[in-house]
Amino acid sequence: MTATVWASPLVKGFGADPWWLVLGKALFIFVFLVVMTLFTIWWERRVVARMQNRIGPNRVGPAGLLQSLADGIKLALKEDIIPKAADKVVFVLAPIISTIPAFMAFAVVPLGPRVSIAGHPTNLQVTDLPVAVLYILAVASVGIYGIVLAGWSSGSTYPLLGGLRSTAQLISYEVAMGLSFVGVFLYAGSMSTSQIVAGQANLWYCLLLAPSFVIYTISMVGETNRAPFDLPEAEGELVGGFHTEYSSLKFALFFLAEYVNMVTVSALATTLFLGGWRAPWPISLWSGANHDWWPMLWFLVKLMLFIFVFIWLRGTLPRLRYDQFMRFGWKVLIPVALGWLLLVATARALNNEYSVNRRDILIWGGGAVLVVLLLSFVWDAVASRRAANDADDAEAEFDPMAGGHPVPPLPGQNVPALVGGMTTDHVHDPSRTEDDQ
Amino acid sequence: MTATTALVNAAATDTGTGEAVVFWLLGPLAVIASAGMLLVKKAVHSALLLAMTMLCLAMMYLAQDAPFLGVVQIVVYTGAVMMLFLFVLMLVGVDSADSLVETLRGQRVAALLAALGFAGLLIFGIGDVTTVNRGLDTANQGGNVPGLADLIFSRYVIAFEATSALLITAALGAMMLAHRERTAEKVTQRDRSVARFRRPHPSPLPGPGVYARHNAVDTPALLPDGTPSEVSVSRVLTARGDVRPPSAGALELRDSETGDVP
Repeated sequence: MTATVWASPLVKGFGADPWWLVLGKALFIFVFLVVMTLFTIWWERRVVARMQNRIGPNRVGPAGLLQSLADGIKLALKEDIIPKAADKVVFVLAPIISTIPAFMAFAVVPLGPRVSIAGHPTNLQVTDLPVAVLYILAVASVGIYGIVLAGWSSGSTYPLLGGLRSTAQLISYEVAMGLSFVGVFLYAGSMSTSQIVAGQANLWYCLLLAPSFVIYTISMVGETNRAPFDLPEAEGELVGGFHTEYSSLKFALFFLAEYVNMVTVSALATTLFLGGWRAPWPISLWSGANHDWWPMLWFLVKLMLFIFVFIWLRGTLPRLRYDQFMRFGWKVLIPVALGWLLLVATARALNNEYSVNRRDILIWGGGAVLVVLLLSFVWDAVASRRAANDADDAEAEFDPMAGGHPVPPLPGQNVPALVGGMTTDHVHDPSRTEDDQ
Repeated sequence: MTATTALVNAAATDTGTGEAVVFWLLGPLAVIASAGMLLVKKAVHSALLLAMTMLCLAMMYLAQDAPFLGVVQIVVYTGAVMMLFLFVLMLVGVDSADSLVETLRGQRVAALLAALGFAGLLIFGIGDVTTVNRGLDTANQGGNVPGLADLIFSRYVIAFEATSALLITAALGAMMLAHRERTAEKVTQRDRSVARFRRPHPSPLPGPGVYARHNAVDTPALLPDGTPSEVSVSRVLTARGDVRPPSAGALELRDSETGDVP
């Protein structure tokens, strides 16, 4: 199956569209994303309002639907300020760098199967690459530049801190995100989005690769700077973060980029884990569900589901503390992703090389995991009892001249009373906090 | 046999219109960017131009049917390496006023020799590739990504593993260098909050009085009964004798209204 896919740098079924069709698709994606942004802003405000027992925007247009359009126009008419200390070229360039990749990433997202447009059979997807998912990662990493450069070029402290935070955040969470993709690649045998959707004809990867799905869902929130991971623009700590100094259209561009990114990562989640444009179970019984234009509807519904999760999270969770957030990314998400990847690769290799079927792998693998867990519990119990015994008789000796030069005590070491009445309490007194004057 | 070789050669030398357009657009851009990288004054601008050169190269790889290489070039170099580089530049704030004094003796000569050696290596390496023309189709036989994977994990596996071991060693070394032994137990959020409630006042200290006439960090706040609160002013100011009485600003106001001399 895979050999035919890989044989050419182009994915099968792509690269034969006439130029006007490609242009039309690209234009459609652009309009779709802009409209989705306007709609998502309105939807977010309405949903969050409902969660907080308010009504939300309801004046401009039917049910307030045109509110974000009105806000956008107002924003465009605001005064455009460039701070004196700003690095002008980079300051102007940053919002553009952040917006364009946001749109570009959507080019490889399949919105539907093969349909016929004006007599031309074509896929509902601008293009596909053998490395389409990696392409999305690459484009996203270019988009980060916009945020970092905005922070730096503003010539101000809070934006700089916000920009640096976002770099650290995006780089860290991109690792976990990339690892969560690998399981999908192994099962689909391809990195092209259309092939991944084709691979989910029987079983969606969110069931088959549930841990990958969870890891991706968490890291996609981190990747888009959304609550509860919106640390780069934590208004309690950093004013507005990287866009503090931005106003008017430049600010609007950042806003647009954020929402387009939200739509893109949701679309990617749909494509990789929720079967893309494939109809969900009860509807998939209908034979016409996965043909013609219907799949676009299923795709949109799934997309909206993810966007709703984004809004729901924002309405529910408080912002994480920065160090907790980083610890979670590096010490929980990445190790779990690596461990899971090891399991997936093993299962895959057993399946491919020795044709062991999935049920056997589950039974034996699950049994092995249980045994290991049990052993580790026993080990922990024994070790903790031994540690409790050891703690009684071992009081660490402190040698103030260890290694031939004066050294401070390590944690757990007792300091004998020194001349001059200095004690360990003095070394770090938690009661002396920053708000003491 | 000869017919296939000729075909492969023809395929290799034949450049499509699209590819040519991409090359003539990106080529000058890459050259300008890399020249600019050496000429601009600010270090951050220099880093940005380098990122642009890398992006141009990635586009060219993409245009030349090497999608994996192109995308990885962006992910790894532009996305990760340049980003960290930029990170450090922004934090440390390197600028053109840096000292040009040689700190290690003979460093310039060594650098020059290394550069020449590297250039030689590149020229001979690339020269070998262009004279022994294997053709894109042979390289991409069985697919671009699996072809690369095959080479990396079979023929070049030792070089690949050695490189990764080197990188891991470097990362561990950096961690060792940056590591600091803790001399006291880490103060957690819980410790802080317990300690806060142990002291006489669990809340933060009152802020200094801020009055309409001037910005008054040096003026104590007034308690509800009208007496000034000493803890509201920094101890440093008190020790220096720089604290002003809260009535200092009010006196002038009374002056202008009544004309009285207080």
